[in-house]
Amino acid sequence: MLKYTLKRLLQAIPTMLVVITIAFFLMRVAPGGPFDGERSLPPQIEANLMAAYHLDEPLWQQYARYLGNLVQGDFGPSFKYKDFTVTELIMQGFPVSLEIGGLAILLALLVGLPLGVIAALRRNTGIDYTVMGLALAGIAVPNFVIAPLLALVFGVLLQWLPAGGWNDGALPNMILPIVALAVPQIAYIARMMRASMIEVLGSHYIRTARAKGLTETEVVWRHAMRPALLPVTSYLGPAIAGIITGSVVIEQIFGIPGIGRYFVQGALNRDYTLVMGTVVFYGALIVLMNLIVDLIYSALDPQIRYDD
Amino acid sequence: MSLSRNTWLRRTALVSAIGLAGLTLAPASLAATLDIGVTGELASFDTSKISGGIWESQVLMDVYEGLVKESPDGEILPGMAASWDVSEDGRTYTFHLREDARWSDGEPVTADDFVFGWRHLLDPASASKYAYQLYPVVNAEAVNTGDKPLEELGVEAVDPRTLVVHLNAPTPYFIQLLTHYTTYPQPLHTWQEFGQDYVDLDNIVTNGAFTPTEWISQSRITTRKNPEYYEADEVALDGVRYHTIEDRNAGVSRFRAGELDIMREYASSMYSLLKEQIPDATHMAPYLGSYYYVFNHREGHPTTDPRVREALSMAVRREVIAQQILQGTFLPSLSFVPEGIEHYDAQNVTFRDADGNDITDDMNARMERAQELMEEAGYSSENPLRLRLRYNTTDEHKKIAVAVSSMWRPLGVEVELVNSEATVHYQTIAQGDFDIARAGWIADYNDAENYLALLRTGAGNNYGAYSSAEYDELYHQAAMTLDADEREALMEQAEATALADNALIPMLYYVSRNLVNPALSGWEDNIDDDHPSRWISIDE
Repeated sequence: MLKYTLKRLLQAIPTMLVVITIAFFLMRVAPGGPFDGERSLPPQIEANLMAAYHLDEPLWQQYARYLGNLVQGDFGPSFKYKDFTVTELIMQGFPVSLEIGGLAILLALLVGLPLGVIAALRRNTGIDYTVMGLALAGIAVPNFVIAPLLALVFGVLLQWLPAGGWNDGALPNMILPIVALAVPQIAYIARMMRASMIEVLGSHYIRTARAKGLTETEVVWRHAMRPALLPVTSYLGPAIAGIITGSVVIEQIFGIPGIGRYFVQGALNRDYTLVMGTVVFYGALIVLMNLIVDLIYSALDPQIRYDD
Repeated sequence: MSLSRNTWLRRTALVSAIGLAGLTLAPASLAATLDIGVTGELASFDTSKISGGIWESQVLMDVYEGLVKESPDGEILPGMAASWDVSEDGRTYTFHLREDARWSDGEPVTADDFVFGWRHLLDPASASKYAYQLYPVVNAEAVNTGDKPLEELGVEAVDPRTLVVHLNAPTPYFIQLLTHYTTYPQPLHTWQEFGQDYVDLDNIVTNGAFTPTEWISQSRITTRKNPEYYEADEVALDGVRYHTIEDRNAGVSRFRAGELDIMREYASSMYSLLKEQIPDATHMAPYLGSYYYVFNHREGHPTTDPRVREALSMAVRREVIAQQILQGTFLPSLSFVPEGIEHYDAQNVTFRDADGNDITDDMNARMERAQELMEEAGYSSENPLRLRLRYNTTDEHKKIAVAVSSMWRPLGVEVELVNSEATVHYQTIAQGDFDIARAGWIADYNDAENYLALLRTGAGNNYGAYSSAEYDELYHQAAMTLDADEREALMEQAEATALADNALIPMLYYVSRNLVNPALSGWEDNIDDDHPSRWISIDE
């Protein structure tokens, strides 16, 4: 297992290098630069800016400089948020995104899994149709609709919860963003769980278990649950990486200082270092989450073993 | 919440009965802390690193103070300088700093802090985007390009209380310019101690009414009252929190939930709803901003034909755009320099028929004349004029562009609408790849020069490459004229010249849109849309 893990981590290095290279050059190909804006700058001022950020050097030299700094853990200064380095921005924002995203995933699992199982066990009944109908709505309604709606109802009209703001992570401030983030995930997980549970319940070994005279509860919990969780688990890897790196919509609507917005703003501002920082960070997270998922797989399914 | 429990806000909520204050989970805060929603994040507390967003000046004007400051209604008052003298040729300003000016650590604010601040801004190593604001100062440009050492900059500290500034030319708007954050002092003593880190929150000292204590990126900046401020006794607030809220609708929700005292800007599409539901809090006022369409004057574009330019400008129904399409959240405009600029009368474009009669107010006559002009220029429905109209992607710009192109259709004009994000838009139009392009300009300081400079031959933001020897001459004369009335007349003549050439299509004036809790005193709508928190207090 350890050997396998190490091998996978080593394999990640060329993967990351490809990601970094593509992102670096794609960003430079995009029209407009970090200092283009509503007001064009006098040439001498533009020259000062280019020199200060080494943008006047040949591209390959900038690329080599970037890789060199990256190896030393330096993501460089942000072009836009000048009192912060990219590392500082990510380190300040990631714990917030991790907290909100982690809790949202937890909530999604706590609600989504039981809903999926219930729908599967009560297949083609009113309960099933209700759960799946709601799930479809959860997927269909985008979170830029759900989030302002939650803020309007619970923040402005009922005044039960703050309509926005982070307030250093106070619980009342976290509830609405977590719910808004979790709703589509609940829907996905419930649908996936239902489908895989139905498939598992139709398999031979479940028929065997039933033939042995086990109660339905025992059949579901001891024999069907683990294999039914496999598809959800493989979905969770990238989903968690996506959700804990923040959501630009949720962050902007609720004013949460996470890192999701940097993906979008960095690109729009042509903040080269910030874009690269978020891409590297996100790429590394995806690699890591996929590895964890594969390891969990072997725990869930005895047929999957990684060591020779 | 800092508000006195917002009874007025709750009355307007649809389910007011449930909105009892006791159920609100927001924690109680300091007695008199103002919560302001701003639409973007400050780039830095180092004034040489500011990116130019209008939201940045709200924070900076509260924590720093320049030689002058602004009153609630935007009038200029003495700030760090108690008084000043101007030499007869208008090229030398001597500022006498106030005795009791101090940084938040108790150190005096001296003339050296201004000299340092200005040199720091112009230092090529600072790579300041806004350094050109100080180019009127002797040698500023040469210092900024690195051709001359910093010490050659035409600003000197004669003694700790006397600052002398030498200008290249009489610059009648110089005092107005001093309201801009590029002219604020920076603390030399902390720079000497900490270098670039002098603006870290652990090291920062400021000379304004407030001083920063906390900065959570993308969330908020917290300041407290600066006890060393010379008028600290008159500052009513204990502190100000600036909340970064990029989503304007989210800002409105948070304001209505009572979490903000002021929201600097709401979406124009929300105006009628807000005006109906919270009329006392919904502010809208004229603003020093001009929204216009640029004609491309470069060779090979149909817009080089003056008849085409005149016809296109004539056919735009500005009232319809302002009133019906934008619900009154812009004002119709016939001038390039917005109305309300100090010591200036905005010049309106006049539309005339073939006999020279003024038909500006007669839309039917205007359409008739526009059709004649297009025919004269050789265009008709059989031989339509095809134009490429570029705008940067927002709902507002799109609505306007669609409306304008439909107004031109009767003239036999076929418009290709091209939109792109702002960065790409401005880069593309700077390269001249358009026939007509959307542009806007918000004044940096309250003087017509700010706008007129945009139409000089070869000027950086002269996107359409308009060039007129007559215009350039008038602009130059105005710049060299000391007498305020004479200068005004020359500038007005310059604008009139450009409008007679139909250099561009003046279309709309911007308005400022703020949500302000009616329980606040000291807020006055003003044309600069500057509202220093120093004047604001919260009524109990």
